[in-house]
Amino acid sequence: MIPAAFEYRRVGSVAEAIAALSADEDAKLLAGGHSLLPLMKLRLAVPSLLIDLGGVPSLSYVRDGGDHLAIGALTRHCDVERSDLVRRSAPLLAYVAGQVGDPQVRHRGTIGGSIAHGDPASDLPAAVLALEATLVVEGPDGERTIPAGELFLGFLETSLRPGEVLTEIRVPRSPGGWSFQKFNRRAQDWAIVGAVIATAPSGRPNVALVNMAATPVRAAATESALAAGAGTEEAARLAADGLEPPSDLNASPEYRRHLASVLVRRGLEEAAARDGAA
Amino acid sequence: MSILGNRVLRVEDPKLLTAGGTYVDDVELPGAVELCYVRSPHAHAGVVSIDTEAARRAPGVLDVLTAADLALAPIVQHLPGIPAEMARPFLAGDRVRFVGEAVAVVLAETRAEAADGAALVEVEYDPLPAVVALEHAASGETLLFPAAGSNVAARIAPAPAPSSAPGAAAPGAEGSIFDDCEVVVSERFVNQRLAPCPLEVRAAAAVLGEDGRLTHWSTSQTPFAVRQALAGALGVEEGKIRVIAPDVGGGFGAKNGDYPDELLVGVLAHRLGRPVRWCETRSESMLALGHGRAQQQTITLGGSRDGRLRAYRLEVVQDCGAYPLLASFLPHLTRAMASGTYDIERVEFESVSLVTTTAPVVAYRGAGRPEAAAAIERAVDRFAAEIGMDPAELRRRNLVGPQRFPFENPTGTVYDCGDYAAALERLLEASDYDSIRAEQAARRSCGETVELGIGLAVYVEITGAADLGGEWSAVEMLPDGTAVVRTGTSAHGQGHATAWSMLVSDALGIPIDAVRFVQSDTDLVARGVGTFGSRSLQTGGVAARQAAERVVELARELAGELLEADPADLVVDPGGGGIGVVGTPTARRSWAELAAAAAERGTPLRAEVDFTPPGGTFPFGAHLAVVEVDTETGGVRLVRLVAVDDAGRILNPLLADGQVHGGLAQGVAQALLEEFVYDAEGNPLTTTLADYLFVTAAELPSFESLRMETPTPRNPLGAKGIGESGTIGSTVAVQNAVVDALAGRGVRHLDMPLSPERVWQSLAATG
Ligand SMILES: Cc1cc2nc3c(=O)[nH]c(=O)nc-3n(C[C@H](O)[C@H](O)[C@H](O)COP(=O)(O)OP(=O)(O)OC[C@H]3O[C@@H](n4cnc5c(N)ncnc54)[C@H](O)[C@@H]3O)c2cc1C
Repeated sequence: MIPAAFEYRRVGSVAEAIAALSADEDAKLLAGGHSLLPLMKLRLAVPSLLIDLGGVPSLSYVRDGGDHLAIGALTRHCDVERSDLVRRSAPLLAYVAGQVGDPQVRHRGTIGGSIAHGDPASDLPAAVLALEATLVVEGPDGERTIPAGELFLGFLETSLRPGEVLTEIRVPRSPGGWSFQKFNRRAQDWAIVGAVIATAPSGRPNVALVNMAATPVRAAATESALAAGAGTEEAARLAADGLEPPSDLNASPEYRRHLASVLVRRGLEEAAARDGAA
Repeated sequence: MSILGNRVLRVEDPKLLTAGGTYVDDVELPGAVELCYVRSPHAHAGVVSIDTEAARRAPGVLDVLTAADLALAPIVQHLPGIPAEMARPFLAGDRVRFVGEAVAVVLAETRAEAADGAALVEVEYDPLPAVVALEHAASGETLLFPAAGSNVAARIAPAPAPSSAPGAAAPGAEGSIFDDCEVVVSERFVNQRLAPCPLEVRAAAAVLGEDGRLTHWSTSQTPFAVRQALAGALGVEEGKIRVIAPDVGGGFGAKNGDYPDELLVGVLAHRLGRPVRWCETRSESMLALGHGRAQQQTITLGGSRDGRLRAYRLEVVQDCGAYPLLASFLPHLTRAMASGTYDIERVEFESVSLVTTTAPVVAYRGAGRPEAAAAIERAVDRFAAEIGMDPAELRRRNLVGPQRFPFENPTGTVYDCGDYAAALERLLEASDYDSIRAEQAARRSCGETVELGIGLAVYVEITGAADLGGEWSAVEMLPDGTAVVRTGTSAHGQGHATAWSMLVSDALGIPIDAVRFVQSDTDLVARGVGTFGSRSLQTGGVAARQAAERVVELARELAGELLEADPADLVVDPGGGGIGVVGTPTARRSWAELAAAAAERGTPLRAEVDFTPPGGTFPFGAHLAVVEVDTETGGVRLVRLVAVDDAGRILNPLLADGQVHGGLAQGVAQALLEEFVYDAEGNPLTTTLADYLFVTAAELPSFESLRMETPTPRNPLGAKGIGESGTIGSTVAVQNAVVDALAGRGVRHLDMPLSPERVWQSLAATG
């Protein structure tokens, strides 16, 4: 519960953060600290240097980007949850942000930290997958964008390169039906399994799953079944097809597969009902 | 009008909610040495060697000590019958017996340096087989204490109950007490291991004064016991030690043990002559603060088809963890309350307490009594389901009637007073039981996937048992017109400052804020036992009240002299005016005048009382839980929790509510969420509050709490304990509700915690 010794630096700009990050391969960025600090307290993460992004105010915003919504990486979960703009143009994202942890967590944790951390048990990474968001990153070689579908490579492993900072999340406007089914035992907990349903630009539902694999993941079998015209019930039954869900104290892989089917079915039904109502 | 019985706001709260209390880790102790323990990562292993060199060279590290360096005798438990070989050492010597057992201690200038130093201590272990399953412990295949010859720490033999029918078969003859029963149900229950999780983790701080006396701060429920243990370890007189428990952030029973890692703080401060302090982290607390419950129970309940219960057997296997502390004794309390509120002719009890390579098990809210209530209340529901009778009706037919008190149950416990049927009827009415049953049936008939379940528990428990001793209190009126009340009890959140001040203010007729409350300091209090087992008001509270009444007597005599009046004509002015002649407002002496006059004569207005009740008291009540069970996911939602509690006369309903609410929450937590889990190798899997599912407000409905007041004849306040009853009734009521929800789908029993996966699997199994 007491972290190993580390250096700490508060930076004033993204450029400064990139420089500091590139100079020390054991350095880590610090955003809300709500994923990193718990790992450090258990000495599972032992960074040499913490580069605190907290002093870079230009990274915290929600903007109308025309065909998309632009959210600064340092925007706190509570600000995403409450933003009128997010609620109007990507209500799913606002809702998901409101389901993260508890109020304390939502007032510290950031959307960028959550996505960069890439925890398969976290809610926002699955949401950006389902929403087909695009991530803007800046690094020693300048700026590039990464489609959400290409970000999550393995357990807590992303395609961010050394020295890169995630700066913005671009979420396409998604006016269709949506749903987030989060199943947990206490309100403040991570999902045992979660199912995110968003309407793709194509008009069909995208389905992403929380805590069903080593990374946040799309329910590919369900999506193709739906594309091929399968009914909700039938498509939902395939939710865990091809996935190897983790095993922990809360759930065996078998139970997770079952939950995924139930939650995806409920999610599809809710999304369809919302779509109909809209 | 008396202040007693009113919702007086807690006098403790302004400080705790604003400036903040002073907890042990807030005590300022400049220049203190910080301790950090090196804890075993193995459940069971020989300690081959400990290399402290690297740690000693680390920045800020002053010393690293092992068992060999300490040369301290193990801590002897004051409990009957524990094998001497199982005494717990201060630091593990040649063997570790649970993950988290301390093998060395690092002394450093700062807390961080101590933690970094501890990471550098190299311990070579020779792993031994872990003993986690109770069956494994019982087999004796692997012994934790080879010299003891077995893993048995204590036993209660299956003696036939006093009221067993004459001519019954010899003890041990299978089924003998059930011979005349038409229906016999039997089941095995696991009352799982819990982590007490006080908000304030353990901490200690100590300093040796220039006068050679040691002052030791401890987050304890029992400062006098800490003083005794420290004196023993140091080989000095108790008078040379002052123990202070400042504000204490909860204990739930777990903070009344002699923990070696806490005591060592005082021992080292004494040896070094430098202040020493220690505060555990939450993860350490999860590992090394004792755990609670941890019983495996086998019940057999027999009776007639028309719902008359006749015979009950409870066999308990108690997990003591690595060292037998209070757990070895818990089955005695389970036995005392085995038959609960029911009039069951024949009761048999048998228990064995075993050591395992897990954290020691200690007292936790209810300590042995929730286990008894869970067993009998689950058994009664199981029996009701078997004969197809409504569980409320089965209970109604078997409760001990109100005319039977004092009632001696078949295990020899004498209940003081109660009206169990009244509590049950009140509960059924308040909850509108019949309509909930109707809704349950309606949902079932239209095949809804979310089932409704209703669970009952009619409990009785024991608080303030006389064999734990009484309590001391002193009340003194000072010349400034304020009073001081001192007590041997040691509140840690309960609100005793409010309660005791009410008792004294009411007796003396002075405002509540004119009373100063003193507790938990062995220099300021003459003697004491402590606060646990819901005993305080009925022991220390009574003593304080009686001491205040004696002060009034002293003052009346004095006032009689001063006013030249007959003391029999003198009364306390309830408006704070002191003592005067009835009906003559001018003939009066204020408390300040009386105290000053008394001081002048060298006979201060001061009285001390030791009060020991003639026996324990038996709070009782009836709880009802309504749950919704999502049969697709296995998820359980607690919809309602209705509690009728009777703890005798209530001094302050606000404080009582606080105790009931917290108790209900912890009961729900055990039923639905909490379990401290070890894997087969003895590795703890729930060492953080992310893994150990501590209950929060979001999981709880608004409680519907109702009260009955049946004053006990066993103390002049008529008060029984109310600290634990919430937990005792609600745990099994919630468990019964979940099983009830699934009864229509063929589920007969489910162990706690009722996790969604467990519920789902039971449905998958029954098809
Ligand atoms: C009690 C508790 C409950 C929680 N419950 C949930 C829950 O229910 N659902 C959920 O989804 N999450 C939950 N979380 C996690 C929470 O949402 C975290 O805040 C979030 O996952 C990480 O965001 P952060 O800003 O705190 O990141 P940090 O912890 O500061 O950083 C996380 C990682 O991302 C890196 N990083 C941070 N910012 C950037 C950036 N801009 N560019 C590149 N790398 C970056 C850091 O170096 C680090 O490796 C919970 C956390 C706690 C403590």
